[in-house]
Amino acid sequence: MKPLQPPLLARALIQPEALLTLDAPAWSTLIGQARCANVLPRLASRIQEQGLLTAIPEAPRRHLESALVYAQSFNRALQWEIRCIDLALKPIGVPLIFLKGSAYYVAGNQAAKGRIFSDVDILVPEATLPEVEAALAKNGWMTETLDPYDQKYYRQWMHEIPPMRHLQRQTSIDVHHNILPKTNRSCPNPQDLLANIVQMPDTGHWVLAPEDRVLHSACHLFQGGEFDQGFRDLSDLDLLLREFAISSDFWVRLDERAQRLKQPSALQSALRYTQAFFNTPIPAALFDDVERRPRSQFNRVVMDSLFLPAL
Amino acid sequence: MLKLSALSGQQIRSALNGEGLRLRIGLFQVRLSSPIPIVTEHVSCLYGDFATLGAQDFIDFDIAIQPPQSLRRFVRRQALFMLDGHCPFKPLPYAQAAAFFEWGLNWCIAGHSNQFLIIHAAVIERNGQALLMPGTPGSGKSTLCAALVNRGWRLLSDEMALVSVADGRVYPIPRPISLKNQSLEVIKNFADQTVFGPIVHDTTKGTVGHVRPPESSVQLANVPAQAARVVFPKYQAGSKTLLTPLSKGRTLLKLAENSFNYATLGLTGFQLLADLCDQATCNDLVYSNLDEAITLFDGFIA
Repeated sequence: MKPLQPPLLARALIQPEALLTLDAPAWSTLIGQARCANVLPRLASRIQEQGLLTAIPEAPRRHLESALVYAQSFNRALQWEIRCIDLALKPIGVPLIFLKGSAYYVAGNQAAKGRIFSDVDILVPEATLPEVEAALAKNGWMTETLDPYDQKYYRQWMHEIPPMRHLQRQTSIDVHHNILPKTNRSCPNPQDLLANIVQMPDTGHWVLAPEDRVLHSACHLFQGGEFDQGFRDLSDLDLLLREFAISSDFWVRLDERAQRLKQPSALQSALRYTQAFFNTPIPAALFDDVERRPRSQFNRVVMDSLFLPAL
Repeated sequence: MLKLSALSGQQIRSALNGEGLRLRIGLFQVRLSSPIPIVTEHVSCLYGDFATLGAQDFIDFDIAIQPPQSLRRFVRRQALFMLDGHCPFKPLPYAQAAAFFEWGLNWCIAGHSNQFLIIHAAVIERNGQALLMPGTPGSGKSTLCAALVNRGWRLLSDEMALVSVADGRVYPIPRPISLKNQSLEVIKNFADQTVFGPIVHDTTKGTVGHVRPPESSVQLANVPAQAARVVFPKYQAGSKTLLTPLSKGRTLLKLAENSFNYATLGLTGFQLLADLCDQATCNDLVYSNLDEAITLFDGFIA
């Protein structure tokens, strides 16, 4: 696919300095689009870290500042939630592995900045699920009322147990034992994920390896079939790729891990759409190689027809 | 800037049907489009004193009230509230389209304006002193507010107190006052020159109507005021007018309970409320007679 001219919002996220020339009607459009795509706090963080906030006209700046206040309160609540989960699971000695938004936060990734989400996701070995569920229940998390059919469906076929909600805080936690449902033919061996997890030196919390974090983000976006947060999720991928690309062998490892974790299609879509929308600097050799592989053409046709209209 | 009342009915209608009517509402700039006649009637009737904006002005909230693109355009008709082209709410019955605009705009402001601590309260002002009346639905705050602005008090809002994080002052957002059920009749009898927009029956809140805000209040929409008093009103049929002192601590907690974004602001929110309670006189009020209540309020200023 030829690189598209990145839409206004994507350009704003990758090159905030380009915003200094916007007129009032363009700002109205940008703020509205960012609000809809759930990336207003992220846009505000990007502008703030470039030191450009004071250069923005007052009317749109009020929205950015308001979003920053919200992001700050979100992070405060997230930090507290992580602490509560940690305290609940500490006694059973299971390593606490965070996924998706909470993982970006725990790992201090760029993608965490201004990212607002509703559930904390964690990964545990499947054998420890009963213990983990019991420990959470003991500390106030309850399975949301689901009928026996749903309960069985989750436990038999899914990659997570039914979501649990905390009785007092009303916060939600998704406990996973894999990143895709058991029924999915691309479902990886969870041992491969667990073998590469990374521990944070300061907190002792765990996250997936950088390449696996990218692949999980991609398979969640492109295999999940729900694109309502599609733009935000694609922006996550762009930020993760840009951040990890600093390490020289990242791209090679990413490709290897994609094969190992059975995620070649997710990798292809991630490279294809981040480059198209965000001009993500992906090595041309890897990009072309991935596009030429068997099944790539089929995947391309399907995803172009599903994903592009949804964005 | 041109007032809306300077436009003809036809101009208002075609703006609403076409590229939208741009209005300054307090500190906010709103673009509204809607093909629904009751919305046109509501806006023409109640927003006449508001300034219109040009195509080059920044728009905070781009709102459309329109029928859904489904069979519900024809059968048991509905209206959608759209912000920036997306629907944050389920549709409401078509007859409630205009009220939907008011409720939806409340949500837009309350959810996206953390430069303020936002308290669910009516706010009026006289001699530079703002009076906050927080209240749960049914407390009679809007009725009291509509009566007071009919007797010379300035309307800052019948719905939300915007307490500025930057300077602690209360910023106006004068808009049509929402009245429900018996309150509509009460205010009609209390002040017969009151202008009402379209009245809608059978909403989840019962019968709902809006009162046109006084022209002078709309003109002073950019003049903030210092909070001087907090009164928690409670309408109780047949009761005497009874004003009782309320401790600062209790007031702070009750204000926090009535705030939309107290937790979001964190420590800043607490400090703002603490300063507000320090500078304000705090009371509970039980009332049933509007004239008595107004005499009492006028006495606050003397």
